[in-house]
Amino acid sequence: MPETSNGRSVSPATIDMEAWVCPAPLRDSPNIVMGHGGGGAMSGELIEHLFLPAFGPAADAGMGDSAIIEVGGARLAFSTDSFVVKPLAFPGGTIGDLAVNGTVNDLAMAGARPAVLSTAFILEEGTPLDELARVAQAVGTAAMAAGVKLVTGDTKVVDAGHGDGVYINTAGIGLVDPRVDIRPQRAAVGDVVIVSGDIGLHGVAVMSCRAGLEFATTVTSDTAPLNGLVAAMIETGADIHAMRDPTRGGVAATLNEIAKAAKVGISLDERVIPIPAEVRDACGLLGLDPLYVANEGKLIAVVPADDADRVLEAMRSHPYGGRATVIGRCVPEHPGMVSARTALGGTRVVDLPIGEQLPRIC
Amino acid sequence: MKYLDEFSDPALAGKLIDEIKSATSRRWSIMEVCGGQTHSIIRHGIDQLLPDTIEMIHGPGCPVCVTPLETIDKALEIASRPDVIFCSFGDMLRVPGSDKDLFQVKSQGGDVRVVYSPLDALTVARENPDKQVVFFGIGFETTAPANAMTVYQAKRLGIENFSLLVSHVLVPPAISAIMESPTCRVQAFLAAGHVCTVMGTEEYPPLCDKYGIPIVVTGFEPLDILEGIRRTVLQLESGRHELENAYPRAVQGLGNPAAKAMLLDVFEVTDRAWRGIGMIPSSGWRLSHAYREYDAEHRFSVTDIHTEESADCRSGEVLQGLIKPHECAAFGTLCTPRNPLGATMVSSEGACAAYYLYRRLEVTHA
Repeated sequence: MPETSNGRSVSPATIDMEAWVCPAPLRDSPNIVMGHGGGGAMSGELIEHLFLPAFGPAADAGMGDSAIIEVGGARLAFSTDSFVVKPLAFPGGTIGDLAVNGTVNDLAMAGARPAVLSTAFILEEGTPLDELARVAQAVGTAAMAAGVKLVTGDTKVVDAGHGDGVYINTAGIGLVDPRVDIRPQRAAVGDVVIVSGDIGLHGVAVMSCRAGLEFATTVTSDTAPLNGLVAAMIETGADIHAMRDPTRGGVAATLNEIAKAAKVGISLDERVIPIPAEVRDACGLLGLDPLYVANEGKLIAVVPADDADRVLEAMRSHPYGGRATVIGRCVPEHPGMVSARTALGGTRVVDLPIGEQLPRIC
Repeated sequence: MKYLDEFSDPALAGKLIDEIKSATSRRWSIMEVCGGQTHSIIRHGIDQLLPDTIEMIHGPGCPVCVTPLETIDKALEIASRPDVIFCSFGDMLRVPGSDKDLFQVKSQGGDVRVVYSPLDALTVARENPDKQVVFFGIGFETTAPANAMTVYQAKRLGIENFSLLVSHVLVPPAISAIMESPTCRVQAFLAAGHVCTVMGTEEYPPLCDKYGIPIVVTGFEPLDILEGIRRTVLQLESGRHELENAYPRAVQGLGNPAAKAMLLDVFEVTDRAWRGIGMIPSSGWRLSHAYREYDAEHRFSVTDIHTEESADCRSGEVLQGLIKPHECAAFGTLCTPRNPLGATMVSSEGACAAYYLYRRLEVTHA
């Protein structure tokens, strides 16, 4: 298999790629560590090795962010998400916007039209009411913008010091468009990988106002409901194979999940990935890779090459897809893995993030 | 921000690569000292674009990687104490000690905080007068001035609940140690640009003369690295062994005199053990006599902790450029970024982690 571009091969391998899983997951920490919530390999292991065995036969979950349930001939998408962002307000949004858009987007990624949401608030004793009011207002505004109804909810209060002001859980139900079958397993060799626009904005915006890291930037979060964009894509009649919103863990985590689920390789062209200069700079400063930084208003779509043009055209005519770009392809090589051709012409692996991305020392 | 995109321009990179190719007439082994350079080389695939005859050997310049296990164990011990707030740069949190890492100390109730500037730790100390606040002061000459500033300020402002766990290391003694190793294959060095931003370049010409090696001060963006390699090859091919500065936009000959004056005041040179390499004489800094009261090792009486390294981990040979990461039997099997045996697998600047993250395709399919 591939030699390097200058024809140099690396020493013979005794490593079996298939066996490259952690032999005894979870053994290295008896407690929950922050990395378990990072959306990367550790989160996956927690689900696979703790939750699923514990749930037993009651568990019936697929790989997607939404479950698809057949009810009376209709297909419903059902999804839930919890929001623990710190700080509560950041350039371009608040936890309230995220709580609505996050669940709306999870539903939309299954090709569903989001209809109703529940909102559950876990409030820390002592949180100022006007701060909560601002968050609640954002929830209402975002729900109206996304065209969903808030139909049920819950409120709990925890002792001071046991929460970061406001945590929100939302769950949502949407009706899946009968024309579509969108799931990560359907990504196939030859498909193109599209990203709907500039990446890394949300993560950089949140980091720019996080305690101890305040830096001046003009970057604002891209939090947005993507159901309208998805509807426009579906209207083209294209056979969209897979779709995901690259939130935690960024584009890299999302593409790794798709590659793994569909058992295809994904090959990116680093030069064409839309990364705004401000995001590149902030990441350069912090030692982070923009491919791993969270987005809250972007999607990745995997579509057959023949459908790419019309999907791109529909996306580019929509306000949330104006900078939609093909960033790579599904390839037969390295199934389950993502690689990137670097700007200089080398290649590298784009791995699943392990836990949290850590700013480097120097 | 300027100076990022400009220094990764593919067309200019192509020109530099062509110049390197046409200048090269035989095999050369060049060591990039700094882990930041290693990361950049692997991340951008620069080594894949060089002629076959040029081998880049990845040096010991990742501060996370060379911090001895013993020091990590001391950090874990201190961070576990209920009266302590332990502050650190982010990438030290996942470095494995003998039986856990700082993330696990945090999950077990330890107050471990990531700070982005050492001075933030001093702020934490002022805000928590009833706690002992410790900053994990590791790194090369690059991070030393900011770390020195913490104790300098603490002393000036009378902040007594602050201390520094110091494990600073120095580049020139490491170059000497590598050159004096009987198995040394290194014929030239790319010196670490940001170390020289602080220290200047005066320490290097004597090393060029003593060992007959070119040393080229080099930056971190792709074009910086290619220019460093180009100049190194030109020296090697013409039989010269001089110090050159290929990173003049950040490095001046005298370095940063104000920072150097502070370093002279706060630190003194000491022998230092390097993880995977062993003791190198006069290769580190510890707090000087005037600042000894801010030394966390003494304040928390952890000077007696002594630990052996894992026998399976060959990071010492990797750090000396004797083997490539994937030539270690534990690479990718016993040792992954998820469960690292040695620190070179932990930090993204570590050679093993860089190979694991970016090079598994070739390694596995070759």
